[in-house]
Formats: sequence, C-alpha cells, structure tokens
Amino acid sequence: MSMTSAQKSGFGATLWDWLTTVDHKKIGILYLAGGGFFFLLGGLEAVIIRIQLISPENNFISAGLYNEMITMHGTTMIFLAAMPILLGLMNFIMPLQIGARDVAFPFLNSLGFWLFLFGGLLLNLSWFTGAPDAGWTNYAPLSIQSPGHGIDFYVMGLQLSGAGTLMGGINFIVTIVLMRAPGMTYMRMPLFTWTTFVASILILFAFPALTVGLFLMMFDRMFGSAFFDAALGGNAVIWQHLFWIFGHPEVYILILPVFGVFSEVFPTFAKKRLFGYTAMVFATFLIAFLGFMVWAHHMFTVGLGPVANSIFAVATMAIAVPTGIKIFNWLFTLWGGSIKINSAMLWSLAFIPSFTIGGMTGVMLASAVADYQYHDTYFVIGHFHYVIVGGTVFGILAGLHYWWPKMFGRYLNEVLGQISFWTFFIGFHLTFFIQHFLGLMGMPRRYWVFLENQGLDTGNLISSIGAFFMSFGVIVFLINIIYTTIKGKKAPGDAWGSGRTLEWTISSPPVHYNFKQLPLVRGLDPLWIEKMEGNEKMTPAEPVDEIHMPNGSILPFIMTIGFTIASYGFIYQTGNKYWLIAVFAGMAIALICMLIRSLKDDHGHHISKEELERVGD
Amino acid sequence: MPDKMSTRKINSYQKQKNKQEMQKMVVSFALMIFFTIVAFALVILEVPSTYVIPLLLILAFVQVGFQFFYFMHLKDKGHEVPSQIIYGGVFVTFLVALTFTAITWW
Ligand code: HEM
Ligand SMILES: [Cu+2]
Repeated sequence: MSMTSAQKSGFGATLWDWLTTVDHKKIGILYLAGGGFFFLLGGLEAVIIRIQLISPENNFISAGLYNEMITMHGTTMIFLAAMPILLGLMNFIMPLQIGARDVAFPFLNSLGFWLFLFGGLLLNLSWFTGAPDAGWTNYAPLSIQSPGHGIDFYVMGLQLSGAGTLMGGINFIVTIVLMRAPGMTYMRMPLFTWTTFVASILILFAFPALTVGLFLMMFDRMFGSAFFDAALGGNAVIWQHLFWIFGHPEVYILILPVFGVFSEVFPTFAKKRLFGYTAMVFATFLIAFLGFMVWAHHMFTVGLGPVANSIFAVATMAIAVPTGIKIFNWLFTLWGGSIKINSAMLWSLAFIPSFTIGGMTGVMLASAVADYQYHDTYFVIGHFHYVIVGGTVFGILAGLHYWWPKMFGRYLNEVLGQISFWTFFIGFHLTFFIQHFLGLMGMPRRYWVFLENQGLDTGNLISSIGAFFMSFGVIVFLINIIYTTIKGKKAPGDAWGSGRTLEWTISSPPVHYNFKQLPLVRGLDPLWIEKMEGNEKMTPAEPVDEIHMPNGSILPFIMTIGFTIASYGFIYQTGNKYWLIAVFAGMAIALICMLIRSLKDDHGHHISKEELERVGD
Repeated sequence: MPDKMSTRKINSYQKQKNKQEMQKMVVSFALMIFFTIVAFALVILEVPSTYVIPLLLILAFVQVGFQFFYFMHLKDKGHEVPSQIIYGGVFVTFLVALTFTAITWW
C-alpha cells in the first residue's frame, strides 16, 4: 500500500484515497475486489440454476426467473467476473514485469475501472424490476421483443463496462510499447506481459463490434429503428454476426492472459526456463490472428451455406494447432525440472488435462456437420465450461496464489488452498463432464425443466452435486483470504525464492513508485540471470534521482456517476419523457468533468531524492 | 565540454528534421482540405453517380492513407509495432465490412 494511505488514517481518508487513486496497483486490487464480488454473485446464480435442474420438472424457480438467472449468470461471469479479475492481475503485475512505475495513462486506468464497476452495478440493478432474459448472447429478435426494461439494462450496463474495458486494453498496449525498462526488448518480455499485450490488442479490435451491436440494439429498442426487425426490412442475423465477431475473440481474451500466468508459474516452480519461449510468443499471435476468422462457428446452424460453414470449420480446427504447441511447451518445461507442488502449481497442473478436454470437444464442435447435432445442447455447455472454468478460472486461481504474496505481502495458507483446490477440482469435473453426455442424449440448453424417465435424471443430479462441491471450494478460498489477511505468513520480495522476473526484485507489497531505480535488463528472466551470476540485486540503469508520479483524481469517479445517471435516463425515457432530464443531467456532469480535465493542468508530483534515500530499498 | 557540444549538434539536427516534418504535415494537410473540397464540389455539381461514387471512394482511401502515414506517424522509424497493430485493425475492419456486404446483398 502506498505511503500516503499509511500516513493518513481514518475511514474517510482511506475511502478518499481509494476513490481517487490512479496507482496501477491499487486499481488492480479494486478490479480484483469488484470482479470477485461479481464472481460470487454469478456463482450464486449458478447454484440456483443447478438447484432448479436437480430433479425432473422441478419448481424451485419459475420459468421466467430461470431465463433471467441463466442470462445474468453468463453475462456476469464473462463481463463482470472473469475479465475484470484478469484486468486486475494485468494491472498489478504487468507494469512490474516490464520495470515501469505506472501505466501509460493512469487517469484513464481509473476511469476504466469505475466504468466497469458502475456498468456492472447498473446491470444488476435490473434484478429489482426484471432482469434481462434473452441469454448472455442476447439474440434478436427474442431480445427485441422481450417486454419490460431487462434488455435495456443489459444494453446500457454492457455499454458502460465495455467502454471501461476498451480503455484498459488501449492503456496496456501503450504501456507495453512505450514503458519497458532499459534493456527490456520485446523478446525479453515475460510471457504474462506478452499475453497481456496480445489480449489487449484483441480487446481493441473486438470490443468495437460489441459497441456497435449494442448501439443498434439500443436504437431498435428505444428509438424505433429496425436494424434487427425482419418485418421492417431489417435482419436479425446482423446481431449474431456482430455479437460473435466480438464474442469469439472475447473467449481468447479470457484464455490468453491465463496462458501467460501458467507460463510464469511453471518455470518458477520447476526451476527451469520456459521451454520454447519464441514458439510460445508466436503461438499467442497465431491464436489471436485466427481468433478473428472463426466467429461463424457459433452460427453453423443459421444457414450460411455449406461453403461458409466449411471455411469457418477449417479455420476453427486450425486454432487447435497453436494451442497444442503451447500445451506441449508447458509439458516440456515441467519435464526434468525440480518441481515444487503447492496450490499455485496444483491449479496449473490441473489446468492441462481439463483444458485439453475442452479443446478436444471444441474440435468436435468445429465440425460443422456434427455441430447440427451438438448445437444448443448441454454438450456446448460442457465444452465451454471446460475451457472457461478449467482454463480461465483455474488460471485466475493459480495467478492469485502465485502473486498474492507480491500483492499483499502475505502467503495464502497452503492447507486451506489445497482443500479448496481438491473440492473445486472434483466438483468441477462432476458438474461438467456428465453434461457432455446429457447433451449427446438430447438435453437442450436454456430449458427450464426436463422430463422424467428420459435418462436425464441421474446425470443432472450428479451435475448439481458437483456444483455444491465447487461452492464449498470457493467458500474455503474466501476463508483463506480472511485468514491470510489477519494471520498469514509475511513474504519477502522474492516470495518463492525462485522468482525469475522483475516483479520479484522489489519488496512485497511494492512501494507506490515500484522501482527506486529502474533496473537494467540483460536478458530473458532478468532476475534469474543476476542470480546465476551471484548478484543479489538487479543492476540499476539510473542513479537515484527524483521520481515523477501522477496525482490522484476524483474526476473519473464523478464522470462515471454522470454516465451512469445518463444510462438510467436512457433506459426509462421510453416510458416517460421526463427521464430525459436524467440523460441530460448525467451527460452534463460527465462533460463538465472532461472539460475540467482538459483545461486544468496537472503535472503530477515529484518524490525527492532525499526522501528516496531515507526510505532505503 | 564535449558532452554539451554533441547535444547541441543533435539539437540542430533535430531542428532541421522537425522543420522538414512540419513542411510535410502542412502539405498533406493542405492536400486533404483540397480533396475534401473536390469531394463536395463533385456532389454539388451533380456529376453522375457512376463517376462520383468510385471517385469519392478513391479520395477517401487516399485521405485515410495521409491520416495514417503522415499524421499518425506510421511511416516513421521506431513506429513499427504501432503500424503492425494498425494493419491488424485494417484487416479486421476489412473482414467485418466483407461480412456485412455479403449478408446484406447476397
Ligand atoms: C481448440 C479450441 C476451440 C475450439 C475448436 C472451439 C470451438 C467451439 C465451437 C465450434 C463452438 C460452437 C458450438 C455451438 O454453439 O454449437 C464453441 C462454443 C463456445 N466456446 Fe469454444 N472452442 C475452442 C476453445 C474455446 C476457448 C478457449 C473458450 C473460452 C475460454 C471457448 C469458449 C466457448 C464458448 C463460451 C462457447 C459457447 C458460446 C455460447 O453459445 O453461449 N472455446 N466453441
Ligand atoms: Cu468461438
């Protein structure tokens, strides 16, 4: 935590500090906390879904509420849990890995976070008046005809949080291009930085498609246009294209960063350099490139015709190749290493078989002809939970265990960590493995009930039991966090003793300017190189001198409140024009904040040489 | 001091470069304004649409080029990575445009 927050005390001062912070580390923690909160919410929704499906023709929740539940579960988990948690890790760790003192646009960073948070809160406010109910994919015409304001909340909530994500992506790209420490060439960047870079490029190119789609949806629902209305000459398939041009790169935005996490965890705990570094970088780019040419595999049954289907089927199968390269590289990294098993490593090891199963079902789905059978059944649900939970969620948990000592200065408890790993791991396979077979037996996705004696009873029961195991694992993890915060063992800078990258060269948690002197990077795995030459520390690339840091600002927060008020106005002005007042007032607040930001010069502050020398390292 | 000397040399070199850069900027800016005037003139003079549409498209492409290469520095040394990213973006945009032309007109 920064020095200012340690010096000032009192709840008000602390709150003010967090509301105005532009420190990438604090914003990272805010992202983790916000994403964690929505993860619990989405998890609760998942448990409710599984209770409804625990037995045939169950009546736990009504059909309408069930639709809202599945829609909000998917939307929350993808947009408000998985992505923000990843952005949190990237925010905290990436600048440390490249030897930077902050991101390129600290103000924008803070704005991005608040937009995400308020977008998520806005979306969840819909629970009080009727949540969106057309699935997380929000297909037209269903979404156009859905009564009430549920879908409007979906549109405005995602528009806000999407804008925040886009800002985050741009910020990371610029940071990595411009702010690497002396000697840190591109091919010396740690893999997590590489995957952050590529995932950010994907965000930059993919999110505009979603933005456009959401705008068209907004105009159709609120202002009487007919982009998706076939009766008036529109075309509902346009939504599907826009959604999936965004949606498929999105799934790679979710998986690439955790590929980076594993590429950090394996070398650290196998005490070996990453096998095939160059191939790993290349494979990451190849996945990103191909990721833009496969979106129609979600639309095989729409009727695009055999030619289009074949092209997209082949392109989709091609992605399995670079993904396979990565799997083998991780295995070769482990091979012959002196391996240390702990929670971070368990999550990473468990990822390999789990994710590979998901990749295999993916290739099965990629066969357009076979997909006519699988599409919209539980087989697809099985597939994407294997890649998203077995990949993204395992990766997030591995990353959290790995970097927790760096971020908070204390180790997560090992015993609790392993309890939550094993229960979650077993629960995960119980829940989702059987769903493949339910799907093959013909159980469609998104149905409120299933009938008795169709061979689906036992499978669904097992699946629901698995969900309880997973919940137990999550609860133990929460207990672990609380326990660690109070009583956890303190961590030194190089918390695992075998760190290789720059984040392990500074104290845990880092001081708010990260590096007293920027380090000189002499190769891949810079800390490891110094260790091999018997040096205890990095060689500095500059003398101790004044450090220039950005000032905090409350403007991003106020700006976001303005946009949120305006979004609320947009949603309700369809019924009552007086709500336009909220639109104008909210926009005015946001624009005034922008004006202040543009006109008022803020040159940041300097940390003097004397102060730096007093603090020591 | 030799150090000062060399920085002064670099400065005058830099000045020269900046001046050239500025000239290029002004020229391309003037050209862009000219193109815009031409585009408007074509429409106002009611030139038949068979000519106007392709002409406007060509003018638009040239302007995009100016924008990228001169104003956004894509041509400059040391801007290789940003250029690659922009080319990636152009590629994605092309794919999207292709898709929507295909589904709207076929
Ligand atoms: C080898 C790589 C992969 C292949 C070949 C593949 C293929 C496919 C195909 C063909 C579908 C459409 C199935 C249908 O709706 O009928 C699909 C759905 C899906 N995939 Fe994958 N996939 C792969 C990896 C991933 C990864 C890494 C993720 C996410 C981290 C992912 C997430 C999803 C999601 C969320 C859906 C379902 C979307 C929905 O309809 O709600 N996939 N996949
Ligand atoms: Cu896909």
